[in-house]
Amino acid sequence: MAEEVIRVRGLAKSYGDLEAVRGIDLDVRRGEVFAFLGPNGAGKTTTTEILEGYRKRTGGHVTVLGEDPERAGRSWRERVGMVLQTLNPDPYLTVRESLELFAGYYRSARPVEDVIELIGLGDRADVRARELSGGQQRRLDVGMALVGDPELLFLDEPTTGFDPSARRHAWEMIAGLRDLGKTVFLTTHYMDEAQRLADRVAIIARGRIVATGTPEDLGDRESEPARISFRLPEGIGPGDVPAPAPEVGNGAVAFLSEEPTRDLNRLTAWALDRGVALEGLEVRRPSLEDVYLRLTGEEPDL
Amino acid sequence: MSSLSLALHQFRFDQKAFWRNPASVFFTVAFPIVLLVIFATIFGNDTIEELGGVKTTTYYVPAIVTMAVVSATMQSLVMTLVTARENGRLKRGRGTPMPAWVFIAGRVNNSILLSLVMLVLITAIGRVVYGVDVPWERLPAVLVTLVVGAAAFCCLGVAFTAAVPSEDAAAPMINAVLLPLYFLSGVFIPESEIPAGVLHVAEAFPIRHFFEAFYAAFTGTSGSGFELGNLAIVAVWGVVGLLVALKAFRWTPRGG
Repeated sequence: MAEEVIRVRGLAKSYGDLEAVRGIDLDVRRGEVFAFLGPNGAGKTTTTEILEGYRKRTGGHVTVLGEDPERAGRSWRERVGMVLQTLNPDPYLTVRESLELFAGYYRSARPVEDVIELIGLGDRADVRARELSGGQQRRLDVGMALVGDPELLFLDEPTTGFDPSARRHAWEMIAGLRDLGKTVFLTTHYMDEAQRLADRVAIIARGRIVATGTPEDLGDRESEPARISFRLPEGIGPGDVPAPAPEVGNGAVAFLSEEPTRDLNRLTAWALDRGVALEGLEVRRPSLEDVYLRLTGEEPDL
Repeated sequence: MSSLSLALHQFRFDQKAFWRNPASVFFTVAFPIVLLVIFATIFGNDTIEELGGVKTTTYYVPAIVTMAVVSATMQSLVMTLVTARENGRLKRGRGTPMPAWVFIAGRVNNSILLSLVMLVLITAIGRVVYGVDVPWERLPAVLVTLVVGAAAFCCLGVAFTAAVPSEDAAAPMINAVLLPLYFLSGVFIPESEIPAGVLHVAEAFPIRHFFEAFYAAFTGTSGSGFELGNLAIVAVWGVVGLLVALKAFRWTPRGG
């Protein structure tokens, strides 16, 4: 059984009358990338900052690397790396200097040159942070979090506001962190980011955990009905289709199937029998995005 | 690293960042020199009879050093600490094993070093360009006064950041406090031109006392140059600043 790096029980935080976090449980195991997913204002950042030791909780128990972050001291911070939402390099220091500065804060730092390689800024090492792109500054942030060789890394919305290519670069780097054996606690409001990077995901909405699991089986996605759709062949009415509760729109038919194998067989047999083709035939499982939107109460129309 | 070497480590990088920041270098280093040249050019080699026939330039060299010290300490700390706070850099620093005071110590050392650099620069320009005497025989008094003042205005700067809500507010707020006090305290206008009532108002604030102490040390109007009364008032202001700073200093940006 893998060791728990983060253990949270009944965590609550309120600001006056506002309950930002309403009693959540979390377990993050050593060596995994754990994505903490939720819309803005769901309690994501509050929870993360409690785990990082920046905020005090109003209820519940929290252990991070065996200590309570509220009371943890210098030796605990030697073992934790943080990438905050803001871009933190000093604009007037170069990539190498920022890493040297942070390396000096830790007892056993990684060699700066290794970190420069890890974050892929080898050709920008002597450029000042203010001349780097947003994506490159973010990579430097990750480097500044890595240089102390932490066991646990917090990445708080590391790719918010990035263009697609910068995001892909950031993802490659974050995926590489797992290979270094780091435990990563990643907050994001991008479903595809969690899907691409995480071993396990927890979704928070309105201060509560609404789902946890692997990206594959999150929200019981495997057992949800599939949606089968096709264009209605000419001369055939929706009533002729051998399926329960078909919906029709724009000349297309769609229905939800609990047993897609059997329903498809019946459907295609019927079509062959009639000598018609089922154009635009599609079988679709709910995507992680669909599950996410449903769980967070931002469900779209079918 | 030991705490001391950690403070030196921080200081080394703060120095680099300072000299690469054109706004910091202009306001801390270039601007006082420009002011000295302007004042010396306008008032030339007049003498100020009310102050015992002292040459205008002899008056302005210690005056501009006074202003340069306040600028290198209080003004510069307010600007850089508020920026670092609002950009999340202070918060990030608190997430490292580095003790919080190291970060502040790096900046304070930076400010005190710059105060000394400005003393040397302005004294040298005063000597070479305007023939103002260098107070070699009162050097201990000059240095002690400068360091006490620099330390006090560092504390006041760190305390002042607590009142500044945002990065944009830093420059207008600190200038709104300092610029009038430079005028009222006789730093920009010879005190012989200032009504006594106004000087009394200025005496409620530390710049006037620091200027009097530094002027006396620099020009030797009081024997040894030590103006203990004024220096003590400056030190008390510094202690008050320190207490406010310890109580009210914020590491995190607004709303986070």
